[in-house]
Amino acid sequence: MGAHEESPQTRMANEIAVQFRHQPADKAATAIAAHIRQFWDPRMRADLLHRAATAPASFDPLALAAARLLSPAGRESPATR
Amino acid sequence: MSLLKEPDLGTPAKAGPATVSLEVDGLPVTVPEGTSVMRAAALSGVEIPKLCATDNLEPFGSCRLCLVEIDGRKGTPASCTTPVAEGMKVHTQTSRLEKLRQGVMELYISDHPLDCLTCAANGDCELQDMSGAVGLRQVRYGYEGENHLDQPKDTSNPYFDFDPSKCIACSRCVRACGEVQGTFALTIEGRGFESKVSAGAGELFMDSECVSCGACVQACPTATLEERTVVDLGMPSRSVLTTCAYCGVGCSFKAELRGDELVRMVPYKDGGANEGHSCVKGRFAFGYATHPDRVLSPMVRESIDDEWREVDWDTAIGYVAEKMREVQARHGVGAIGGITSSRCTDEEVYVVQKMVRAAFGNNNVDTCARVCHSPTGYGLKQTFGTSAGTQDFRSVAKADVIVVIGANPTDAHPVFASRMKRRLREGAQLIVIDPRRIDLVRSPHVEAAHHLRLAPGTNVAVVNAFAHVIVTEGLADRSFVDERCEEYDEWAAFIAGPENSPEATEEISGVPAAQLRAAARLYASAGNAAIYYGLGVTEHSQGSTMVIGMANLAMATGNIGRDGVGVNPLRGQNNVQGSCDMGSFPHELPGYRHIADDAVRSVFEDVWGRELLAEPGLRIPNMFDAAIDGSFRALFVQGEDIAQSDPNTKHVTAALRAMDLVVVQDLFINETARFAHVFLPGTSFLEKDGTFINAERRINRVRPVMAPKTGKHEWEIVCEIAQAMGYPMEYSHPREIMAEIAALTPTFAGVSFEKLDELGSVQWPCNDNAPEGTPIMHVDGFVRGKGRFVPTPFVPTRERSTRRFPLILTTGRILSQYNVGAQTRRTGNVAWHPEDVLEIHPHDAEVRGIADGDRVTLSSRVGETSLHAVLSDRMPVGVVYTTFHHPVTGANVVTTENSDWATNCPEYKVTAVQVGLKTAGAAVDHAEQAVPVLAD
Repeated sequence: MGAHEESPQTRMANEIAVQFRHQPADKAATAIAAHIRQFWDPRMRADLLHRAATAPASFDPLALAAARLLSPAGRESPATR
Repeated sequence: MSLLKEPDLGTPAKAGPATVSLEVDGLPVTVPEGTSVMRAAALSGVEIPKLCATDNLEPFGSCRLCLVEIDGRKGTPASCTTPVAEGMKVHTQTSRLEKLRQGVMELYISDHPLDCLTCAANGDCELQDMSGAVGLRQVRYGYEGENHLDQPKDTSNPYFDFDPSKCIACSRCVRACGEVQGTFALTIEGRGFESKVSAGAGELFMDSECVSCGACVQACPTATLEERTVVDLGMPSRSVLTTCAYCGVGCSFKAELRGDELVRMVPYKDGGANEGHSCVKGRFAFGYATHPDRVLSPMVRESIDDEWREVDWDTAIGYVAEKMREVQARHGVGAIGGITSSRCTDEEVYVVQKMVRAAFGNNNVDTCARVCHSPTGYGLKQTFGTSAGTQDFRSVAKADVIVVIGANPTDAHPVFASRMKRRLREGAQLIVIDPRRIDLVRSPHVEAAHHLRLAPGTNVAVVNAFAHVIVTEGLADRSFVDERCEEYDEWAAFIAGPENSPEATEEISGVPAAQLRAAARLYASAGNAAIYYGLGVTEHSQGSTMVIGMANLAMATGNIGRDGVGVNPLRGQNNVQGSCDMGSFPHELPGYRHIADDAVRSVFEDVWGRELLAEPGLRIPNMFDAAIDGSFRALFVQGEDIAQSDPNTKHVTAALRAMDLVVVQDLFINETARFAHVFLPGTSFLEKDGTFINAERRINRVRPVMAPKTGKHEWEIVCEIAQAMGYPMEYSHPREIMAEIAALTPTFAGVSFEKLDELGSVQWPCNDNAPEGTPIMHVDGFVRGKGRFVPTPFVPTRERSTRRFPLILTTGRILSQYNVGAQTRRTGNVAWHPEDVLEIHPHDAEVRGIADGDRVTLSSRVGETSLHAVLSDRMPVGVVYTTFHHPVTGANVVTTENSDWATNCPEYKVTAVQVGLKTAGAAVDHAEQAVPVLAD
């Protein structure tokens, strides 16, 4: 799958992730997860979690870490900043 | 209302605490120091005859009609150019003055056609009025001698005629062009008897640099410059005060009518945004409202391949409600949604988002601001605490340094640009940050101190380098930062990193380090430095980051919270601010409060009587993606032509085709309506009743000039759809909608139609803390408490020029056209811009064998179109530019899915493209798929 052919959710999550690379990984993942939680429709989040589970290689590591936080077992709360 | 004639006090007001007391014809009057005798007289109730004076222009002293006598002074000085003095005793009516004035008028009239009864200006001619005022009873000089009566008319402009035979050479038009508009297109050519008004060097108006703002027409005291509508229809007889529906400046106008026919739009002197000025769109381009292309009856069709069928309102509304419910029954509550329009009133927008949240039962509502200023909302909220420009427009008059980033105010916000140019002529310094050499870089009496000609997509690198200079050279305002802000040290450590130095970013941005350092020092040491920005900031993959970067700059230098400073988005459409304020974003309720906030949501639930979802809905690009994957099936589109304005047209139209129901509410069958199943005719701004909010947060009344031609207001239609879907939503008047907005939104708590009618306008926040509004924000503290510094690492866009697509396309707009052109293409404005063209640097053209005017193909990885090329060294090598005003060209056929990381605002400003000569049959031409619309 080419760079521009990935799913919208994968692409957007990776684009968000790269903006937080300057932060420590755990802090970045939390911030990415909070952003997605704050702005994404639930079906987009569900799609993201599904793709993170089935095609993790297509994700930036920080996006993947954020997806884990967003999963039901994750720690991310719906709090907004 | 009868015709509203605003008083003309002759010369501009003077500010200042010192006052002077004098007597005019025995009447005492006290005025600010520096006031003219003419104005003082007018304020005391004495009108002095005048022709060359008007109170929006500096006095000129040429007509010799306003002469007065002053005790203790020799002669008869012109009252317009004579300042008041303490104890002065002025006499405006003496037999000596009477004779002098009659003599002057006699000379004027001796070279003026005596066709008053058939003149278009009859009844609205100051020469006529002054003849009466001075008691002129005879003209002793015949027409046998030399005169100007046979001068040919210039009818080249589509909106006004220039008849030099009626000119009295008062220079009001020339001065208005310079002082008010700042274009300096007009001049007085020749000397003495040969003196005549000339556009450029004896050119026709259309061939000159005239921008058709109409300031000259408004200033003309005779029929020399006259609106053609006045010539054709006659003098108007009544006025309605309302607000322009074009750009985010939000000019106030007197709509002047004769019966029910709109004759002309005259900018209102008391309008807070424009103070009596206007542009070619607002003043003249209103003909679309009565264009025969307008659809006035609802239409329905089962399939987009069927013919439209006209139906009555009940049928159309019932059809929409039934289909929406069907889609939800089959595909779930979240399968439908709506888009609000920044061209509609606050009240119209509010009811759409309420319909979506309360009647549709989800948060799938977004607004066209998604594709323009959504990063402003994100960036300013992160740093300052709310999504709004910090200043009023007047504030620019106090700026010492003005930074214009990614904006082209002379084209896109021309009335504000005139204010800005006035300040620049007074000596303020200008920094332009833009790949293109926009007009502001160098125009009459204006020249930028620095033009940072950065490569498209490198804004953040440049703003970081600015901040790097400020932090590392000790130029930050530490007392402001320490008192008002937080998280500075972390940010300063980040920004001081070597990767942010001008020397490091030069390779990325192309901006020479020395020039950037000089510009940053100028900004930081200005005294008052103000940033104005546009879509060249927001429409990038790092649009939100850049907004944050500018806010960081302003905080670091203490340029927040007073006149002359700030961070100011120049909003594209008239009601971008309002549509965002009204809760159009899928994650926010009115007033920018998150939908997940239980306390806020419960307030709305109590008033609306419905439980609201706590999760954000789909944004516009997400709606398209979800439509293609099948989970989003029906869309209500209010006044927005997404098929033309949104990026990657092929993707958008695929999404529209995939839906079961597309409802379009608009004036015309636009590109989106080609994919619609229901068309609900909308109302023009001349028919609307409500409010617009401009880029300075000014809430202006939009008053109906005429009844809705469709038989229904747009807000009524939306309410009826909601009701047909089982949700009661009833209002008897839009003032009730505003009352609900005020009751639910703390920043609007003090707003009502009654207050707006009383005060003219207010700027939000307007509540108990600020009953008459807030011209300047963050004065004593930021909305979020402390201003927050946020690091802004530069991340290059993924859109890169390649061997196949070696050029970068950036898009924008021009003066005569507005957005997708649906309105302006249906007016005389097509005379200036009949088609979108591609600006290309001569070098890039030459290597491709392209000559000026050639038809070329423009292709990107997502699509291809064709248009004519214009060679221009305004463009840097490697960058091409076009506008998106014409569907025939369809510039967004080539723009991509790339978007701002935080908000999904499309990256319109960076598309890798190739340009080549178009050969017959060489490309699929988008132009062949669209139907051109020509002016009536």
